[in-house]
Amino acid sequence: MGRFWAVFFVASAVIAVGLCWVAPSYGLWFPGTLKGGFGAGVAHSSIGKKIDDLFYLVLVIVAVTYIGTHAVLGYVLWRGATIKPEEKVLFSHGSHSLEVIWTIVPAGILLYIALYQMDVWAAYRFKEFSPKKAEAVAEVTARQFEWRIRYPARGKTLMPTPQPDDVYTVNELHVPTGRPVSISLKTEDVQHAFFVPELRIKQDAVPGLTIPVWFDVDEPRQYEMVCAELCGWGHYKMKARLIAVSDEDFGAWKDKAALEQFDDGFKKPAE
Amino acid sequence: MSTLHPTLDHAGHDDSHGHGHGHHELTFIQKYVFSTDHKIIGIQFLVTTLLMLMVGGALALGVRWQLARPWEYMPIAGDLTFGRDGGQISPEYYTMLFTMHATVMIFLVIIPVLAGAFGNFLIPLMIGADDMAFPTLNMLSYWFMWPAILFFAFALGLGPEWLTHVRGGMDAGSAQGWTSYPLLSALKQAAPGSEMSQTWWLMAVTFVGVSSMMGSVNYMTTIINMRAPGMTLFRMPLTIWAMFITAILQAFALPVLTAAGFMLVADRVLGTCFFIPAGIVVNNAAPTIGGGQTLLWQHLFWFYSHPAVYIMLLPAMGMVSDMLSCMSRKPIFGYKPMVYSMAAIAGLGFIVWGHHMFISGMNPALGMTFMVSTMMIALPSAIKTFNWIGTIWGGRLQFNAVMLNCIAFVSMFIIGGLSGIFMAAVPVDIYIHDTYFIVAHFHYVLFGSTLFGVFAGIQFWFPKMWGRLMNDSVAKVHFVLSFIGFNVTFFPMHLLGVAGMPRRYADPYHFEYLSHLLPLNQVMTAAAFLMGFAQFLLLGNFLFSIFFGEKCGRNPWNANGLEWTAPSPPGHGNFDILPVVYHGPYEYSSPISGDKDFLMQTEYIPLAQRGIESGH
Ligand code: HEM
Ligand SMILES: [Cu+2]
Ligand SMILES: [Cu+2]
Repeated sequence: MGRFWAVFFVASAVIAVGLCWVAPSYGLWFPGTLKGGFGAGVAHSSIGKKIDDLFYLVLVIVAVTYIGTHAVLGYVLWRGATIKPEEKVLFSHGSHSLEVIWTIVPAGILLYIALYQMDVWAAYRFKEFSPKKAEAVAEVTARQFEWRIRYPARGKTLMPTPQPDDVYTVNELHVPTGRPVSISLKTEDVQHAFFVPELRIKQDAVPGLTIPVWFDVDEPRQYEMVCAELCGWGHYKMKARLIAVSDEDFGAWKDKAALEQFDDGFKKPAE
Repeated sequence: MSTLHPTLDHAGHDDSHGHGHGHHELTFIQKYVFSTDHKIIGIQFLVTTLLMLMVGGALALGVRWQLARPWEYMPIAGDLTFGRDGGQISPEYYTMLFTMHATVMIFLVIIPVLAGAFGNFLIPLMIGADDMAFPTLNMLSYWFMWPAILFFAFALGLGPEWLTHVRGGMDAGSAQGWTSYPLLSALKQAAPGSEMSQTWWLMAVTFVGVSSMMGSVNYMTTIINMRAPGMTLFRMPLTIWAMFITAILQAFALPVLTAAGFMLVADRVLGTCFFIPAGIVVNNAAPTIGGGQTLLWQHLFWFYSHPAVYIMLLPAMGMVSDMLSCMSRKPIFGYKPMVYSMAAIAGLGFIVWGHHMFISGMNPALGMTFMVSTMMIALPSAIKTFNWIGTIWGGRLQFNAVMLNCIAFVSMFIIGGLSGIFMAAVPVDIYIHDTYFIVAHFHYVLFGSTLFGVFAGIQFWFPKMWGRLMNDSVAKVHFVLSFIGFNVTFFPMHLLGVAGMPRRYADPYHFEYLSHLLPLNQVMTAAAFLMGFAQFLLLGNFLFSIFFGEKCGRNPWNANGLEWTAPSPPGHGNFDILPVVYHGPYEYSSPISGDKDFLMQTEYIPLAQRGIESGH
């Protein structure tokens, strides 16, 4: 019976690893455009790509550790199941050198991950796209249960307070592609979180704070935008779209949106 | 305070519990209801938490049903609350389900089953004391659970409206998640219906806190003061070390939560603004006056709740260490490293709370310090894991249900610990925060580890509680079904998280990028039901064995600990022979113990017999 259990636990680990291995081909992996036959989606922002790379680095380390520990676990279980009645049990209270090894080696690996990832965090929160380099394109205000978005008029910069010529949309965030942009994230009521899965970007919208979020989008198309922080019964339906278009199209869209918004019905259309 | 009465005349009498000589006779109520005997209190805690486990499980199945068949008829819950609407639940009801599921599981199952049930039952027995230091306080710590349970029921919408003022029954239950972030939890208008239920929820948490606090004061005092002669600190079983460290954690972390809870109640009912900034308009109500900070709650809450996740784990780690060593017939590998790593976990546990707030908008530089401390807390966890595997290595393994649950504990803890590393890497956490990856992580540590450890513990110490053994075959079936059900339910959640599925969604499938996840969720729900119903095997086995289990003597497992020198079940005052301790608790298969493969802590071996390098 003991051998059965040794196999049982090893089998569970094998199945777990196998499931992760085939998961991408069933769409159970990162969302985003699929590249190649593997089935893993590729992030559509440069920070997203760095996040993915970091994820894969951690995944490799973790997978090796998982397989290693379960191989050893399987071995000790098998050995303990097949020990003969006359065989002596290993009477040991531990091993100083083993303790030292398995303290230092994991500590080194953990420190390595810790130091390695600082750069990516810095890129997301401090460096590269500092607010000076990234154009503030919109103010995004979450409320139960929708997103309200305010853009400065074409050619103007985003002001902290609403301006008469600002352009508004609801549940559609338009941004230009190919360069860093930033949004000012706010909430009108409770806490929400701005989450665009395909860009790997997430930031809580905190009552009373205005938080800048920087990112770039590499491909002009629509991306789903969701709320990731419980905000009430309608949390699951704060469905919105991030619409990324080229720079020219972005300007053109803004003109059109402004025209629609300020058309009071009295003026005859031009001509 | 009762002192030790050696009651030799009662040795071996299995039914001798509960009367002391020279004491006045206790009434039934004093003996079994408002008992001050730590064993009765422990069993009271155990039975209560097992019942709550079923309640929490039922709530979870409601959550799973909605995820498998969104907006369709829900059996039982749908009929009871939504009969008019064809049994289709509302989104408010869904938020209530996951809020109360987590609440019940954390505050009424995991925390009280470890400290309350096992802590109470085991601490005096394992250190050779006749009872806790403060028996009355101990009794109160159990009875303070009941107002908490009652108030949680009110929070769930189960009370009469004239009393609870929860308007709308279960549809208006608590709905802000177990983390209870303001403003959702601070402004009544933010969650219509849940006006009073959230207030009840906060009061219930306060009562749980008071109960835990009374427990932890008691455990610390007992462990420090009441150890039997010879029971030095480094001869204490790891269970006791774990309980001791847990009690310290609790004593330092809990007041913060209690204070924060009062502040939140004040915000709700007295009009203070600790957590409420100015100018917030919720649901078209008048703007708030404000001046407060919502992030303050998150800091206070996690300052308690991160240490609390270790409160929910350390005792299980200790118990599993004891059981693994016994079932491997081998000393624990690296006793002192085990102790030091628990202490390290406790210490580091106080400086990692910010890892729950990486994207909360707190200062990004703070994120880095919390990241480093979080990475470091994985280290003692790794050391413990290696030592458990080292303990099994080379032993003569007894593959009974106790052992299987312990191995599952180790195996599942590896998964839960490793998934923690993804989240500790802050940039990765940007993406996986508040997705199902997190849900997978904490179920692997809390269910996969702690609860499997508890299953093992129940079977291991059951003979001491009742003088009978639980049925091992039934226990094995229960183990296999739970293990398979658990893994099929929770392992795929890692993948859902990577696919970007946010947690706490009543219906994720109307998003295009999530719509293909429905079939997988249905498989997971089926597995969850399997696992849920398997728990009836545990309950059935437990109840049946109390009356009809195989009878056993004092030491059915040939274990070393002091508790096994007492009668099963131990009488009032526990020990008929005053224990004196000569060895550590893990001397299995010691060469000096002759042809036995165990050496009880109380067994004196004359020097001549011990050889030169005598162990202790
Ligand atoms: C091995 C070391 C561990 C590391 C590095 C780790 C790391 C983390 C991190 C970074 C988070 C926050 C994730 C997020 O919300 O984005 C988290 C969440 C959580 N962890 Fe761990 N963890 C570890 C072990 C444990 C253990 C042992 C337990 C419990 C016994 C535990 C219970 C939890 C719970 C309950 C949550 C989620 C709380 C919630 O948001 O509802 N973790 N962990
Ligand atoms: Cu939300
Ligand atoms: Cu934590």
